[in-house]
Amino acid sequence: MSNQTTNPPLLDIDDVTIEFSTRRGIVRAVEKVSFSVAKGETLALVGESGSGKSVTSYAAMRILDRAGRIAEGSIVYSGMRLAELSEAEMRDLRGREMSMIFQNPRAALNPIRPIGVQIADVLVRHARATSRDAKEKAIAALEEVRIANAAERYNAYPFELSGGMCQRVVIALALACQPQLLIADEPTTGLDVTTQKAVMDLVVELTKQRDMSTILITHDLGLAAAYCDRVAVMEKGKLVETALAADIFAHPQHPYTRRLMRATPRLDSTLRALLPESDERAEVETHLAQPASDVILSIEGLTKEYPRIDRTNPLLKLVGKAAPAPEPFKAVGGIDFRIRRGESVGLVGESGCGKSTTSMMLMRLIDPTSGRIIFAGEDISATPARDFACHPKRGKLQMVFQDPTESLNPRYTAARAIADPILRLGAPMKSAALRARCEELARLVGLPLELLDRLPHQLSGGQKARIGIARAIALDPDLVVLDEPTAALDVSVQAVVLNLLHDLKQRSGMSYLFVSHDLNVVRLLCDRVIVMRAGQIVEQGPTEQVLSAPASDYTRALLEAIPHPPAQDHAA
Amino acid sequence: MSRAAAMTAAPDTPRNATGLKALLRHGAFVISDNPVTGLSFALFVALALIAIFGPWIAPHDAFASNTAAALQKPSLHHLFGTDQLGRDIFSRVLVATRLDMTIAIASVALVFALGGVAGIAAGYFGGWTDRVVGRVSDTIMAFPLFVLAMGIVAALGNTVTNIVIATAIINFPLYARLARAEANIRREAGFVQAARLTGNSDWRILLMQILPNILPLMMVQMSLTMGYAILNAAGLSFIGLGVRPPTPEWGIMVAEGASFIASGEWWIAVFPGLSLMLAVFCFNLLGDGLRDIVDPQRRT
Amino acid sequence: MLQTALKRIAASVPSLVGVVIVTFLLTRVLPGDTASYFAGPAATPEAIAEIRQKLGLDQSLPVQFWNYIGDLVHGNFGLSLTTGQPVVNEIAARLPASAELTLAGLILALVIALPLGIVAALRQGSWVDHVCRVVATAGVSLPVFFTGLLFVYAFYFLLGWAPAPLGRLDVFASAPPTVTGFYLIDSLIARDFATFRATLAQLALPAITLAVFSLAPIARITRASMLAVLGSEFIRTARAAGLEPSTIVIRYALRNALLPIVTTLGMVFSFLLGANVLVEKVFAWPGIGSYAVEALIASDYAPVQGFVLAMAILYVFLNLCIDLLYGVIDPRVRIEA
Repeated sequence: MSNQTTNPPLLDIDDVTIEFSTRRGIVRAVEKVSFSVAKGETLALVGESGSGKSVTSYAAMRILDRAGRIAEGSIVYSGMRLAELSEAEMRDLRGREMSMIFQNPRAALNPIRPIGVQIADVLVRHARATSRDAKEKAIAALEEVRIANAAERYNAYPFELSGGMCQRVVIALALACQPQLLIADEPTTGLDVTTQKAVMDLVVELTKQRDMSTILITHDLGLAAAYCDRVAVMEKGKLVETALAADIFAHPQHPYTRRLMRATPRLDSTLRALLPESDERAEVETHLAQPASDVILSIEGLTKEYPRIDRTNPLLKLVGKAAPAPEPFKAVGGIDFRIRRGESVGLVGESGCGKSTTSMMLMRLIDPTSGRIIFAGEDISATPARDFACHPKRGKLQMVFQDPTESLNPRYTAARAIADPILRLGAPMKSAALRARCEELARLVGLPLELLDRLPHQLSGGQKARIGIARAIALDPDLVVLDEPTAALDVSVQAVVLNLLHDLKQRSGMSYLFVSHDLNVVRLLCDRVIVMRAGQIVEQGPTEQVLSAPASDYTRALLEAIPHPPAQDHAA
Repeated sequence: MSRAAAMTAAPDTPRNATGLKALLRHGAFVISDNPVTGLSFALFVALALIAIFGPWIAPHDAFASNTAAALQKPSLHHLFGTDQLGRDIFSRVLVATRLDMTIAIASVALVFALGGVAGIAAGYFGGWTDRVVGRVSDTIMAFPLFVLAMGIVAALGNTVTNIVIATAIINFPLYARLARAEANIRREAGFVQAARLTGNSDWRILLMQILPNILPLMMVQMSLTMGYAILNAAGLSFIGLGVRPPTPEWGIMVAEGASFIASGEWWIAVFPGLSLMLAVFCFNLLGDGLRDIVDPQRRT
Repeated sequence: MLQTALKRIAASVPSLVGVVIVTFLLTRVLPGDTASYFAGPAATPEAIAEIRQKLGLDQSLPVQFWNYIGDLVHGNFGLSLTTGQPVVNEIAARLPASAELTLAGLILALVIALPLGIVAALRQGSWVDHVCRVVATAGVSLPVFFTGLLFVYAFYFLLGWAPAPLGRLDVFASAPPTVTGFYLIDSLIARDFATFRATLAQLALPAITLAVFSLAPIARITRASMLAVLGSEFIRTARAAGLEPSTIVIRYALRNALLPIVTTLGMVFSFLLGANVLVEKVFAWPGIGSYAVEALIASDYAPVQGFVLAMAILYVFLNLCIDLLYGVIDPRVRIEA
């Protein structure tokens, strides 16, 4: 781990500046960045979106797109100055000496070429195989990344494989020619946490086994801590700090690193501890000391079925040879749970577990196949979803959406978006009063008033998230469903939004159903947690109990798969 | 979004100014950035003026024949020359502008209303509305479009109105499909779901949330199909459908000049043909320019 | 594969049904009374009634539709008033001329537009790219009958390179013995190179006219889809794996870019079949387009309807071919079937 002093570095990036020519002139994406990777070392390149971490790695491979160029500095790989190599020499290095794996593995593979053939292409290109034994070797490469029935999968197309499986294929492709350096650009973003663990374990095992160097580009400090020897932190195109993984978590030096560390939820975090040190906000006075005992929402036997697409050939159907209609797909298979007034409940599960379908049903945006939704003593599932817009309870049941950008009408100003529920469902109001109410809500969610007249495309992600929240609470709802409200946000913004949500709840005593895949975040915000899998509830109970002593194996597997940054040294 | 784009777009630096002012400023920016769009807009204004005032600015009577002055080459007196009946081609080209533009605008307006409404309803409500609109579009698309227009005009009768109707019908699938696709992707969009939560009825959502977001795209489509509509109408009258002589119309004037071209009297066909080309070119460029203005991805 | 093909064929049945219904409706809304039209201006009411009965026009619409379908199945498209010949025979006799012209135009357009679009995408911002953009915008703005006339003026009247625009062969030459109906191929089969040259000379201008017209959409979509594919993530993966540029461009990018190009071909065919009518009129080409135009001028409607139906059936068939081709290129369509 500390051998980087004795070994010459495999990759040395020295004072590199990268520029992009855009319509608005030259933009410096990366400025004077220097770091090196020793042989056998795993380096994490950490930063929030726009920090320039991916661009730096593309420059190392010399695959920047047309508009980008390395303006200054040198990149030396194993003694070779890459800037001096011809494009043909560079091509020989790519794939053979240094390779890359990407975010969104399905898009990283040619959709209409069999996966095995894509690996064979690379093997033949770098003379690791002849056209005769390429297939055999490609199958071997697939077997190495633990793809079962590799020989059969050789002819499979990317769309026939799951996301995790596609990422294995991309890894096989990257490692097929035994390169020395692997650059992994957010390789597990978008994958479920259990799949993430499997993929990362595989990458680490294969690279360690071959004594390869790895650069892991990620926004997730937990991932960096769990899998890397050293961590380099980037902010707005500049490298702010490089240190050994253990050191950087214990004693972050740079203020930005400290902020980032604080904002990342960990096992012992509290909501307030996520905020920057300068942000000394007081605990909001609690509206209700304890969640009251009365139930605001009760779900009984809720089920949603979707018919499967009938793929029988219409010609066969004409001659009466059609197969019987396939069994419907059960997205949600009869679940029961309750939410009490003032309570915050987490609904957790991996993609496809039915958590979003559940939240859409109880929001009355889609109709359940069967089951009852009793909200404030009334069975609201009796009103069809399309008529529910006029239901008197509509205003009391609100939602904050996952994607803050997509959930705002691009042609409405912030004020107009916040006012929408009041205009539709609230008591008639003079325009001055309406404006005053919008401003009050904006203050409540911490949105600067001068932003109220802006359109969504003129606002940042965090600001848009605040508008979405203001809109949801405009009518003082009893229950708000939060559908992954921070999934699209950077951790530092997430920290602020989580605190905001917490304060709002303390103040008004509403209930939350917090839908999330991230147990660390749920731990911070929720009193109780429900774990779902394949349309069923696996486990539910008080958050502390479920997360520290899970009753089901599935919950345990979920918890174990989360990479945790080490607990912060409070002396720092 | 690509990494590089994420870098350059700088999502956390909000910009000033809103609404109409920003749009106008953006429009000015696009025109200065792409002078061709500015040029095509100027051309469009010129065309509109000629369409309105054509009969008054024409130096000669567009219908008056004068066999003594037949087949004269372009000269100062007859800028574009004269045809086989001695009519002044320059005047006829000017006067024809109104008819050609009227046909194009009427047919595009008709199909914009019909196709737009049908497509948005199909995309938003789905179900049988979608199936009916889809089936109608598919059936129209099953024909080569110009051939279908020929069949419709032949069947309905040889009038200008029927040319407008035929042109609208063959463009219907284009509009219906665009509107359907755009309405359909927005049906489940976050902001539409949010509008449902805030108590908007289906019709309100359609009118207040979805329509304003689709309209700009439809406008671009309109400009692009204007050119096609002009070509289509001119083609029909070239083969003798719709407009009848001696009415001045670009297509029919080219047809009249066609028999003289092999003997060298090029000006009879060339000037109306060039006007036709210029008009279509103008609308195509304008459509491309409008798309740049409307496309929020390119808006800065 | 057979499954997919069957499914595609099944999917084109509704189009065919729609086409037949529309053409039937078009025959029903003919200007005025069809029977009195057929009887001629001097006919007595009795004669009109007789003709009405003979044509089956006194029966209910569904019965008439049934009879119409019966006629179509037996290849009966009615008689031409001007020539007195069965429409179906005349169309069949003239179809090869139109097909030869259209195919020549299409092949020429593809040969020019595909490389142009690809190079424009590869060298974005270069002069090739600018040429491509000009061609793509100018090409769709040119009225095809007008370009045809300009070519005639330039290459026949001014330069004298091209023969008179009067059909497939000049009056003194004789047609090669019919095998395929395509003069170019038939003259080669007959080893009659003089006729081959004469045919080529006659075909050149109209084919180029059609090509100029259909070039634009092909070049445009080729450029756009190549650009989109070249910017996609799997191309980045291929580059990061060090694959050769030729492999990346041809095996990875072009094959993916072909998908939207093939889809656009449907629209190009629609344009071509329509433009064909106009080009045939300009060059006095003895195909089905000029047949329909002549009939239109003579107010002879059976050939026009026969023409519309024949073109529509041909077009449905071409679209079916495009669908099948798409299935060959894209495994997603093939396997999900």
